[in-house]
Amino acid sequence: MASEAQAHAETAALRVQFDTEAQQKDASTLGMWIFLITEVMFFGGMFTAYTVYRRAYSDAFAVASSSLNVTIGAINTAVLLFSSFTMVMAVRASQLGQRRMIVLFLVLTLIFGGMFLGVKAYEWNEKFEQHHVPGPSFHMEGVAQQGHAQLFFSLYFAMTGLHAAHMVIGVGLLSWLIWMANKGKFTAEYNTPVDIAGLYWHFVDVIWIFLFPLLYLIDRHLPK
Amino acid sequence: MNTAAIHEREDYLNVSHGLKSWLLTKDHKRIGLLYLATITLFFFLGGLFATVIRIELLTPGGGLVSSETYNKLFTMHGVTMIFFFLIPSIPAVLGNFFLPMMIGARDLAFPRINLISWYLLVIGGLFALFAMLAGGVDTGWTFYTPYSTTYSNTWVIATALGIFVAGFSSILTGLNFIVTIHTMRAPGLTWFRMPLFVWAHYATSLIQVLGTPVLAVTIVLVLCERVFHIGIFDPALGGDPVLFQHLFWFYSHPAVYIMILPAMGVVSELVSTFSRKAIFGYRVVAFSSVAIAVLGFLVWGHHMFVSGQSVFAGMAFSFLSYFVAIPSAIKVFNWTATLYKGSISWETPMLYAFGFIGLFTIGGLTGLFVAALGIDVHVTDTYFVVAHFHYIMVGGAIMAYLGGLHYWWPKMTGRMYPEGWAKLSALVIFLGFNLTFFPQFILGYLGMPRRYHTYPEEFQVLHVLSTAGASVLAVGYAIPMIYFAWSLKYGAMAGTNPWGASGLEWKTPSPPPLHNFDTTPVVTHDAYDYSTVVGEAVEIG
Repeated sequence: MASEAQAHAETAALRVQFDTEAQQKDASTLGMWIFLITEVMFFGGMFTAYTVYRRAYSDAFAVASSSLNVTIGAINTAVLLFSSFTMVMAVRASQLGQRRMIVLFLVLTLIFGGMFLGVKAYEWNEKFEQHHVPGPSFHMEGVAQQGHAQLFFSLYFAMTGLHAAHMVIGVGLLSWLIWMANKGKFTAEYNTPVDIAGLYWHFVDVIWIFLFPLLYLIDRHLPK
Repeated sequence: MNTAAIHEREDYLNVSHGLKSWLLTKDHKRIGLLYLATITLFFFLGGLFATVIRIELLTPGGGLVSSETYNKLFTMHGVTMIFFFLIPSIPAVLGNFFLPMMIGARDLAFPRINLISWYLLVIGGLFALFAMLAGGVDTGWTFYTPYSTTYSNTWVIATALGIFVAGFSSILTGLNFIVTIHTMRAPGLTWFRMPLFVWAHYATSLIQVLGTPVLAVTIVLVLCERVFHIGIFDPALGGDPVLFQHLFWFYSHPAVYIMILPAMGVVSELVSTFSRKAIFGYRVVAFSSVAIAVLGFLVWGHHMFVSGQSVFAGMAFSFLSYFVAIPSAIKVFNWTATLYKGSISWETPMLYAFGFIGLFTIGGLTGLFVAALGIDVHVTDTYFVVAHFHYIMVGGAIMAYLGGLHYWWPKMTGRMYPEGWAKLSALVIFLGFNLTFFPQFILGYLGMPRRYHTYPEEFQVLHVLSTAGASVLAVGYAIPMIYFAWSLKYGAMAGTNPWGASGLEWKTPSPPPLHNFDTTPVVTHDAYDYSTVVGEAVEIG
């Protein structure tokens, strides 16, 4: 098998370093999974910082958290979950080789992703107006230690900012996939890019599934 | 007319020509050479900083440079040598070139990503270089907060960005290696038939992939704090500077194993080839690489014994640090056992391997000193620590890198280097190294702190010895640079397998064809099986 593959010419789908398409797909998928592990470690540093400070300053964190708009956060969570659903449908369509359906579902995913970013921008803007952005003008009612509340918002901006940066990259990936899919590049035999972009998109969703309760819902179980 | 002979056959060097064919290449061998050129420049730069440091320390009064300049010098020496030379050295040059060949593959799994990682190193290097030319950075290579976030008035942002970008080069190289080893081994090449060099790189890649992102996010937080003043590590807000140290060392301790594990992989190849014996206890040596990678993630707190972390944490980290000694010692004992009744020959790469074993052992044993809580309090931030990690990084990693470079030079270029000069320079490097760094153990034990450019007069003799050693070391490093360049045109032609080695990379012509093998090799034997090697070792005067 190996020696016969040795003779093959490089085609658009199968690159020269691989013997078979299955091997190529295995490599690409494994590569994406390992990349996602590096992402877990990347976000992990921030989650560690969050854990340390939330434990040290739990009261200030609860108050600061309660100033976030849970309704908007929940709506945004739903939007993102929908985008994951449409992404799955796009992957499914690519496995069946349905060109128009791939494009349709990718566009829907793109729209939901864009909506999430828009809502996020609205929320950030709100923080500026409320003086909840860390810095000299930071002020929050009902917190004895302003610094501790600032730490919460430092982490809020760092974590949601990093998440949003990943969303922006995801939107870029989706745009590229839509362009490729529209040209009919993806077939039932070759759809790895859609597959691994789906992995990435779901991962970014999962990060948000952790961020939402950690940032928005800290004081929900406390008596008002 | 040797030149004509070498060009009759098409190989990866003459298959295409011109600058573009190099800068856009996806061939792992050419990318390896791009890395070689890049990190050699950074080695030279880091060496330049070290030279000024050693000249400054000749006199106790510190007349050559100001304290501020001295702070910048040791910072830039550390940043350059660690992030832009040692981390990429063996994996990105020798690993890139030989890992695919050793497993019988035509290339890495992701050749384009491989090229991108080289560009990332170059871009990161340019950021750091810009910072150095613009005025330098003075935080120490460790960037401790709050100095790095609040007080330092030097080019922290540019340098940190450079390290951030170069970090992704390292991550992508590790990712590429892991996927390649999993999916691209030649038919018959089972995991336990892989050369130990490949095992070592697998373990290294695990660290690169798991550790480097934590450094990256730590840099992001430091940059956010410096640029937007969001204050994650700012004590004025209630932030914890020691948290920075935890995150930093979570990467930077395992980073030491990114430097030393590939070196151990090289030494396994050298010891086996030049004693013509399979490595004693192959599986144990293979697993010891993985064990070092795993244990390496559990010991970072031993850099923080005097940082104010709890005594219990200190004891736990001290205890765990001793565990790293076990797989490390296994390697040293097994290399030694391999020599027993071996047919040992004394070519240059083997001299480097012997040098590595001796110097790494000293570096490792002094590591046990500094892992002990009581002794560490006495020697923290002294030249004892400086000497210890230079024995590991210079005496260990660079010796192995040079040994590997000599060993594989004939395969990479198709030419032999001059054996006599090479042996001489190996000896000069060994002597120069010990003269430079052994006095530093004594200096540190007597109380000379690191990062100071003035010192009491009674330390001068030892400092002068160290500077003298550094001069010898510089000569030792200069000689190979000259004869390697010379050998490209005038070196004797190397055959397919000049050392009579057993690896797959020696079963294809030197220099190799574009896709490494004319037909994909089928592996039927364990690694280091010399019964099948057809000896064509050339006699070198």
